[in-house]
Amino acid sequence: MYRAPQATALARAFYGEPRSRFRTGGASGFTWPVATAVSCGTFEITGFTLSQLLAEVERLSLTIEIGGIPVRVHTSDADFLALIERRYSGFTSEKTEAAIEFDIELTSSAFADPEADVRVTQLAGRWTMTRGDFRAEWEPAVRRGTIRQSANPYSIDAVLRIVHTLVLAREGGLLLHSASAIRNGKAFLFAGVSGAGKTTISRLAPRDATLLTDEISYVRRSGDGYTAFGTPFTGELAKLGENVSAPVHTLFLLAQGPENRMDEVDSAEAARLLLGNVLFFAEDEALVQATFHAAFEFVSRVPVKRLTFVPDSRVWELIG
Amino acid sequence: MSRLFISRNPRVAARSLGGEMMIMSGRDSTLYTLNRTATILWQAADGSTPLKTIVEQRICSEYAVEPGEALQDAEALARELASHEILDISEDPISPAGAAR
Repeated sequence: MYRAPQATALARAFYGEPRSRFRTGGASGFTWPVATAVSCGTFEITGFTLSQLLAEVERLSLTIEIGGIPVRVHTSDADFLALIERRYSGFTSEKTEAAIEFDIELTSSAFADPEADVRVTQLAGRWTMTRGDFRAEWEPAVRRGTIRQSANPYSIDAVLRIVHTLVLAREGGLLLHSASAIRNGKAFLFAGVSGAGKTTISRLAPRDATLLTDEISYVRRSGDGYTAFGTPFTGELAKLGENVSAPVHTLFLLAQGPENRMDEVDSAEAARLLLGNVLFFAEDEALVQATFHAAFEFVSRVPVKRLTFVPDSRVWELIG
Repeated sequence: MSRLFISRNPRVAARSLGGEMMIMSGRDSTLYTLNRTATILWQAADGSTPLKTIVEQRICSEYAVEPGEALQDAEALARELASHEILDISEDPISPAGAAR
């Protein structure tokens, strides 16, 4: 039967995080730095604390290794270093050689537009990442970049997520809006929009399961398959994942329903739904194409199933 | 009705899976899925075959539809996809170099 040719737009495929997270959900114990004015003879420097000025010559460094990719950050602020050291507890590394290095320039001055969405663009080999609360630049060829932000843990967290999506896009990996856990040496991913049950399925995980994340899964190509890594990127559970990895066994698309059941998902639907859960921010045609094809490769190599469940730990008997 | 040529924009990513054609705009990451007849048009969009010929040879030969109605539908789709930079359309044949601009 003839049907008029039709194209259905499924909105923007990739999952983004356009808003500044720190404005909607602050971490406990964190307070915003207050701009101070320092008078020193005839000089007055606004926006820096005295300790920041005194520490200017000292460069403090920390390596944060997520997904096996070490990113080394440098700052002159000992308090900020301690803050991010706590934030990435379990994901710091003793390595001094890093794949990427960032100099962090702390500023207490307000950005021009605190409501501005994230933008990730590339010009002549230099990536620029901006949001209302930060501006970062990164030049992959020299493996270095800068981040300008205030002393909060959320801005650097967003920059790290973006940078990892760029790195993974080049090698066929993905950052997914999904929970993940290891059980019996196999990694299981649980994808779904907010409210689909990522946090619930994470909470219900049995003791012998290792939680990799309840919010953002880190997936890299590995031989003919994929490996999932733990991440410090948390959701409602507010619990960092374990910094371990395992081969990906199954991707479950979550839905809550009246009973526990598992259903096959055809490959086209799997690809379409997966694309809706891929984190990607860059306005870059080549990387958009690479990530699009990476999603298809993933569903051609990893079983994708729909997991409908009631909030009951018995669902894990179905998972494996 | 104008003489129209259509060409796939090489800057989009496209995959056919399970009989479903999915296309992603590199510009804004919008994902499009094409139905069967739209997929036929997409696959035949070589820039050198007039849309009218594609419709007659590929659509009307397979489906019971009036050529005029099918061409009208095809033109509407082509213009919509062109507005999203998924397809290139022209009243003249489109060279590969032109499509790859």
